[in-house]
Amino acid sequence: MSDAAKIPPRPLSPHLQVWRWHITMACSILHRASIFALYLSALLVAGWALALAAGLGAYQGYMAVLGSPLGLLVLFGLTAMLLFNLAYNVRQTFWDLGRGFNPKTADATGLLCIAVGLIGAVLVWGAAFSMGAFG
Amino acid sequence: MSLRTPRSRALGLGASHHGVGHFIVERASGLLMIPLGLWGVWSALTLAGRDYLDAADWIAHPVNAVLLALLLIAALVHAKNAMQVVIEDYVTRFTSKAALLLLNVSVCVLAGALGLFAILKAALTGAF
Repeated sequence: MSDAAKIPPRPLSPHLQVWRWHITMACSILHRASIFALYLSALLVAGWALALAAGLGAYQGYMAVLGSPLGLLVLFGLTAMLLFNLAYNVRQTFWDLGRGFNPKTADATGLLCIAVGLIGAVLVWGAAFSMGAFG
Repeated sequence: MSLRTPRSRALGLGASHHGVGHFIVERASGLLMIPLGLWGVWSALTLAGRDYLDAADWIAHPVNAVLLALLLIAALVHAKNAMQVVIEDYVTRFTSKAALLLLNVSVCVLAGALGLFAILKAALTGAF
């Protein structure tokens, strides 16, 4: 028997397919996803300014695309992801100060970030509805 | 045979010493995004469902124009640096990585230039 056969299995690197699902892992993946959402949001803001500067027709066309069912769905997702990203920035700042690494604390702050994203998006869109944005 | 010590050789390899600057810019822009992002969400709320003239009036206000420009720049700087890390993490082939990194910078710089020009034009020349 060779020496290699006696070596016990080595621990694996963190990976989507081998890691047990848990809240901090989900937050890490969501944070990566929120970067793409932030990227798209920044481009949409630039596009909005361009449409506004281009005049009435361009602005109405741009807003019609954003106001379509698919556009509204994307905007709702971007709202949730942006608010999650902002909350996550606060979480990371505490990490930078050396706080919040206790597993229970990390789980709680992770859940809080997801809650801020989801509940915040529902509140924002509820406010938009009550302010007459869809009527 | 080289007379250089292993330490001397190692000093010229590895990280190119941009890491700390990247990290600080990412943290600073992330913190700046908190007030600016919340203001942006609030502004979008106030403009949702309003028409072109309302939007033109809104951007003609100096505070709105300046804050929108700051929001755009902070978001693009933050997003560019974040996307750069994603590319560096997942793309290993040198040519693909270099091409994507250049594309990332180009998209963000172009969006920033066009966006800033549009904000200034809309804010200063008003609605026609």
